[in-house]
Amino acid sequence: MADYTINVNGKDHQVSADPDTPLLWVLRDELSLVGTKYGCGIAQCGACTIHLDGNAMRSCVLPISVVANQKIVTIEGLSKGMNHPLQEAWIEHDVPQCGYCQAGQIMSAAALLKENKNPTDADIDAAMHGNLCRCATYTRIKKAIKTAAKNS
Amino acid sequence: MKEKTISVNRRDFLKTGAIAGGGLFIGFNWVACKSDMPVVEVLKAYPKEWINFDAYIKIGETGLVTIMSQNPEIGQNIKTSMPMIVAEELDVAWKDVVVEQAPLNIEWYERQVAGGSQSIRQGWETLRKAGASVRHILVEAAAKQWEVDASECSVTEGVVSHSDGRSIGYGELAKSAKEIALPEEVKLKDPKDFKIIGKSKKNVDLNGILTGKPLFGIDFTRDGMVYAAAMRPPSFGMTLVDFDDADARKVTGVIDVIKFGDKIAVVAKNTWAAFKGKKLLKANWKQSDKAEDSTYHSNTLKEYLVKKSEKPRRIDGDVEAAFKSADEVIERIYEAPFLPHNCLEPMNFFADVRQDRVELIGPIQTPKWTESRVAELLGRDIKDIDVEMTRMGGGFGRRLYGDFALEAAEISSLIKKPVKLTFSREDDMLAGTYRPASAYKFKVGIKDKKINAYHLTEACFNGEMFPPMESNFPCGAIPNYRVDCHKIETNISTGAWRAPYANFLAFAEQAFLDELSGILEKDPVEFRMELLDMAKENPIGEAHNYDIEKMKGVIKLAAEKSNWNTNKKNKGFCAYYSHNTYVAEVAEVEMDNGQPVIKKITCAVDCGIVINPIAAINQIEGGILDGIGHAMFGEFEIKEGKAQASNFNNYRMIRMGDIPEIETYFVESNNDPTGLGEPTLPPAGGAVANAIHAAMGKRLYKQPFINEIGLLG
Repeated sequence: MADYTINVNGKDHQVSADPDTPLLWVLRDELSLVGTKYGCGIAQCGACTIHLDGNAMRSCVLPISVVANQKIVTIEGLSKGMNHPLQEAWIEHDVPQCGYCQAGQIMSAAALLKENKNPTDADIDAAMHGNLCRCATYTRIKKAIKTAAKNS
Repeated sequence: MKEKTISVNRRDFLKTGAIAGGGLFIGFNWVACKSDMPVVEVLKAYPKEWINFDAYIKIGETGLVTIMSQNPEIGQNIKTSMPMIVAEELDVAWKDVVVEQAPLNIEWYERQVAGGSQSIRQGWETLRKAGASVRHILVEAAAKQWEVDASECSVTEGVVSHSDGRSIGYGELAKSAKEIALPEEVKLKDPKDFKIIGKSKKNVDLNGILTGKPLFGIDFTRDGMVYAAAMRPPSFGMTLVDFDDADARKVTGVIDVIKFGDKIAVVAKNTWAAFKGKKLLKANWKQSDKAEDSTYHSNTLKEYLVKKSEKPRRIDGDVEAAFKSADEVIERIYEAPFLPHNCLEPMNFFADVRQDRVELIGPIQTPKWTESRVAELLGRDIKDIDVEMTRMGGGFGRRLYGDFALEAAEISSLIKKPVKLTFSREDDMLAGTYRPASAYKFKVGIKDKKINAYHLTEACFNGEMFPPMESNFPCGAIPNYRVDCHKIETNISTGAWRAPYANFLAFAEQAFLDELSGILEKDPVEFRMELLDMAKENPIGEAHNYDIEKMKGVIKLAAEKSNWNTNKKNKGFCAYYSHNTYVAEVAEVEMDNGQPVIKKITCAVDCGIVINPIAAINQIEGGILDGIGHAMFGEFEIKEGKAQASNFNNYRMIRMGDIPEIETYFVESNNDPTGLGEPTLPPAGGAVANAIHAAMGKRLYKQPFINEIGLLG
């Protein structure tokens, strides 16, 4: 067990955890930030995607010991008042079915749009390849990313 | 769209909600989830008091209406679509409606189940009556207050008006209306007067989903709750001998390790500690039942395909005699593997087994069945058990079985603490209730360029096709017709998987018919239409299980919208009726470096009245892509009793780069609505297989297709 200070959504949190504890479980079970989802535990489904210093990362394989002093943003902190262009586009296209993967999808898409203001289909396919949607809402995810790109 | 902020803060909502919910409120309420952020539409102020009408409707003095959603929400969007039906007949504005998930209540609700694409179809009349009955007494209350006849009153968006110009809102009428008995008979609206049904309404949980609110079972917590993970037999047919938990107990946060049945639970202060402790368990297992493998499964299925069953499911004429007189007999075999469901939210459940009550909260498609099984397991009265359904991260049939809820209840009863049991992905994939492996043989006799006999044989592990699937198309069109089914036992745990039986039979049948049309030198669409005409003009045998005109309707629509008649290049056609809904799909592929790429699916659907178009299209697209994904990639090999896939690194699912464009068209209809959770999945594999044949000249007989065509992928 060790003590860590992690900065999540602009706020410092003190947590005690074993160094190998994935950030995902610290967020979910210690900080009650449950928007970040568990899907596979091996960085294959993208449900746990967060931003670490602005980059999309899979929090299920990020040990708490390596994330101290870096800025972590989760779906809960993506915007104030649900006004990120992607959240607005997700509403416009009514994207989710079950909804479980959608926070991870949005976090991956947000990192994409930060780097690439006007992604092509191929750019979207590549950036979103790591995010599974078991309900297969992919057609709407793609449309919503394009809408958000246009509106941001 | 202009967004506005509502003025009531979150704390007030939760406080009032907790009181109004009669203690059942657990934070999955839509209002609670959206109330601290801007919402798309303005809500009426949150009321101080709710007046409960029937099992579905609560009206507050401000005119805000709560509609209870009775069925489990697995992503099929019934939490929006079913309340829309109530709101339509209640005659309120959708923006004045909040939706709340109802708990299991067998006295209030019929059929609280998510399965078989039946929620909308079977709920339709009940939901309409629920809304119309309360509308009726609200109008009565207004008429009484004004001392006029109710027939002189009308309703617009929750406001009752009299012809003399007076008007009053539902909120003000609720208390006096509550004193009036609900009518036994009530008039329902003419579909032409629908204002909500048929208009796209967005998912009521959208805001919660997009901001990470605790909507799902895996998100549930309770003060004093502990976390559990369970180790189960690593292979089918194995049982537990003994185990060493010394290392598991050393993990920070691990509280206890307990044996239950052939399983071992690690109980901890958080999920990670439970997972980590479980990995450190050293268990010895023995093979108590035979260790099967995929080769055995495949060989066994084929052995049965040559046999006739003792009780054929349907016999018209005499197929054997017809084969003897046929000019040509054609026989093809189609084969499918076991498949895991892979809901993205792994199985999980909360249980608190106390002396006074048993609380079960989590993602479950069958709350009532689960309640009765937990009662039996614990030796408790079902009256002592409360079940609440959370939103579910997918169902696909896996959450029908409730084994995870029973496990959670057993663990809670042993450790005497509230517990949330969570499956790791490996647990989820390896302790499944798989789509059974199955094989179909089609044998057809051709005489004078016509089909004179059609014999379908099914071999399937642990099950056989549901009645009346033996009377599906092309039954009724062919003079000699027979269906045999063989149910073969296995120790692989199996269950319903989205569109059971149809999910593979549709591909097999429709790929076979496509091949037959080629042999008979007929256009695949014309060939189907001819068979339908034959079934119409001279129906053979007892009634068949499809409506000829509805089937023709979707075939014509899909053919027209895909320009089938002017350009068939690289296209494959498929039409299938399942779960009371008619679907035709046309797939189009393009060859790229010798590999087929699925470019487009054109889909025609007849599901009667479309309740919520934007959500209906979502289901249709999802079903098609799910069907394509599993037909192309789904593989679950078993060696010596052990599944070879365990996580998404060795089980391929359809991803963003694999998807085609999809166009959806509805047959216009005023018929009662049917479901959409499943019916677009079955035809997808057939459409794709037939398109791949059109493009590559190769017929596909076995799923996953990726192995048949040697895709580089």
